[in-house]
Amino acid sequence: MTRKRRRLYTLLLAMTGLGVATALVLAAFQDELVFFYSPTDIAANKPAPGRAIRLGGMVEAGSVQKLPDGVTLFRVTDGVAGRPGRTVAVTYRGALPDLFREGQGVVAEGRLSGDGNFDARTILAKHDERYMPPEIARSMRQADGEQQHATGTLAK
Amino acid sequence: MIAELGQYALALALVASIAQALLSLLGAHRVDARWMAAGARASVLQALSLGVAFGTLLWSHAIDDFSVRNVAENGHRLKPMIYKLAGAWGNHEGSMLLWILVLAIFGAAVALRGRQLPATLRARVVGVQGLIGIGFVLFVVVASNPLARLFPAPFEGNDLNPILQDPALAAHPPFLYLGYVGFSVAFSFAVAALLEGRVDPAWARWVRPWTLAAWCCLTLGIALGSWWAYYELGWGGWWFWDPVENASLMPWLSGTALLHSAVVVEKRDALKSWTVLLAILTFALSLVGTFLVRSGVLSSVHAFAVDPARGVFVLVLLALTVGGALTLYAWRAPQLKLGGLFRPISREGALVLNNLLLTTACATVFVGTLYPLFLDATQGRSVSVGPPFYLRSFTPLMVALLVAMAAGPLLAWKRGDLAAALQRLWLALLALLLVASLTWYVQGGGPWLALVGFGLGAWTIAGAATDLAERVRLFRVPLSSSGARFAQLPRNAIGAALAHAGLGIAVIGMTGSALWQSERVLTMRAGDKVEIAGYALTFDGVRKVPGPNYVAERGSFEVKHGNGDAVATLTPERRFYPSQRTTTTEAAIRTTGLADLYVVIGEADGDGTVVRVWHHPFVPWIWSGAVVMVAGGLLSLADRRLRVGAPRARTSDAVVAS
Repeated sequence: MTRKRRRLYTLLLAMTGLGVATALVLAAFQDELVFFYSPTDIAANKPAPGRAIRLGGMVEAGSVQKLPDGVTLFRVTDGVAGRPGRTVAVTYRGALPDLFREGQGVVAEGRLSGDGNFDARTILAKHDERYMPPEIARSMRQADGEQQHATGTLAK
Repeated sequence: MIAELGQYALALALVASIAQALLSLLGAHRVDARWMAAGARASVLQALSLGVAFGTLLWSHAIDDFSVRNVAENGHRLKPMIYKLAGAWGNHEGSMLLWILVLAIFGAAVALRGRQLPATLRARVVGVQGLIGIGFVLFVVVASNPLARLFPAPFEGNDLNPILQDPALAAHPPFLYLGYVGFSVAFSFAVAALLEGRVDPAWARWVRPWTLAAWCCLTLGIALGSWWAYYELGWGGWWFWDPVENASLMPWLSGTALLHSAVVVEKRDALKSWTVLLAILTFALSLVGTFLVRSGVLSSVHAFAVDPARGVFVLVLLALTVGGALTLYAWRAPQLKLGGLFRPISREGALVLNNLLLTTACATVFVGTLYPLFLDATQGRSVSVGPPFYLRSFTPLMVALLVAMAAGPLLAWKRGDLAAALQRLWLALLALLLVASLTWYVQGGGPWLALVGFGLGAWTIAGAATDLAERVRLFRVPLSSSGARFAQLPRNAIGAALAHAGLGIAVIGMTGSALWQSERVLTMRAGDKVEIAGYALTFDGVRKVPGPNYVAERGSFEVKHGNGDAVATLTPERRFYPSQRTTTTEAAIRTTGLADLYVVIGEADGDGTVVRVWHHPFVPWIWSGAVVMVAGGLLSLADRRLRVGAPRARTSDAVVAS
């Protein structure tokens, strides 16, 4: 086998591999991208029911209700003190992460049901209570206009 | 005073790294032995002074010197000593100091141990290692000084994040860094070879052990991290396809590819240019990993509060290092001499396929990890890419890799016979079919992915066994003669088979835990019973138990088999750490080696407690598989031929090439 032939084969193999990988990635992107929504986003542009999305915002103070069968109900809001925003009701079955608190940031992954209720499959926990997911920080800033937050770490 | 000594040592290390880079590189350019020797001494000085700096940080943590900001932020008087010390690297500043310490130690090791290397090659490796050192030592001194003082000193420290106070996580960052930074040696060798304009088998013989050592550490580091996530986070999962996890997986994938392509350079003097590129890319991905974790640009479940300015610094270092290396590659790589020829169906061909699959798999992870960032920058939309994406893009490539993995080692160098190799794999094929049909029977049809996963796991293990059996001609010559042949086998052949089998074991574990796990979530009162996977758990209520720096609510569960035999008492805890006002979940796990029973308690809820019970079949196999892989790597590392580091171009390769 000549060097040229070998190079051709290697190149063909590499192109095939890359082509297959690209096809796989694109097909997976088509269906499996999980978009992030704040409650305001959902009100403005409702995602298709049944499509997996992420919902982020603050757990509304006084909204957490624990039912006896391990189901937790709460509301996620993007309003801040003195400026009410939109809220979405969330249903979640399972153990809550340790840093889940009222008035703190939360990201839930799940699907919107037909009645506008959000069925969370997972509540994403954080290792660090000072940490604020960048999406939430931004959507809170947007909901808040240009006004600065009192809670310093949010703005980071 | 101690911390100031450390500060001084840091500054000294910066000067030493500059001397190391300049003296070594200029010395190699002028072929001046005295300059090169001075560069080598500078590398030792750099390692020693960073050792002193890290020692002072450890000391400050050990004696609770809260006037050091890093200690005040992460230390606490009541913390057990091991976590006081682990606190030194359980945070950004300290871990970066550890990072550059490892880098400097590797540079000094090449300078001291590489006597058999050609002098200019060694000096260039040490010099490039010094260049990387300049950037990162500067980063630590300027942007993330772990020894900075705090005035006034607080009376009590802020404590280390409680979920990091764990033995596996105390060991996880050092191993991960040994892996990440270990690839810097392969990178330096690659750049040095480009400067020299020469890559030969002796070069690969040097690169391979370093890559292998780094790979072993990285494998262990990733396994420790995922094991920790499994038992400490209390979510019952062990891998979440999170950016921070992917950051460590990417260098692992390309490092594995590098490991295999270096074999081709060593044995057949081919694929040289590709191997050099792979060495550069692997270290680049390690830097990307450091950047992703430390910059916080991506939303991660493992994210900690971060400082964006530091991310920019790391990004600039990344651009300089990788950009420089790739420019050099584009300029010098065409001058590398082409190597030996081989047919597509041959050991070399199989290793090319391995490289192709591993790098494309790495690329899919890269795309999945960074696409959200790209979409955010271009369209301002926030998306996340979760497990389903990787299941559809990454998994098929891994399936192809596993299929090919058993056949590859059975092909001959240069020109192989695929039909003969497949014929010899009949036992592995039988194992695959047997396990797949057994799976089909057990789950009554069920997800076909389980058939593929279990079947391929068995195929890989049996394939590795076949490889060894063929080498010792088992059952074709008398057993005693096979035994003698086994004793004669090069250790890296046994190591490779072991590592392949380890991957097979891990694949079975991953498949079992992903597809066969069962879960119950409910609120329980004392005396309540829950049944799962043939076990019955009786809840005995929750008691308060004091710990060294926390108060625990300890739940107690009496576990019995379905037939009433007592098995064990499980005591999951919720620990409240007053210093950080944080609660952590301690899962109670009972393992049989084949499956885990996993219990977590949540908050008290009225007069009951939220309880989550999992049954995870085969999950211990994931980490056992990783341990077997590392054992295989270490065995290869102990191979005599790797230790020699032969300076001559070719030695008795014919004996090994069988």
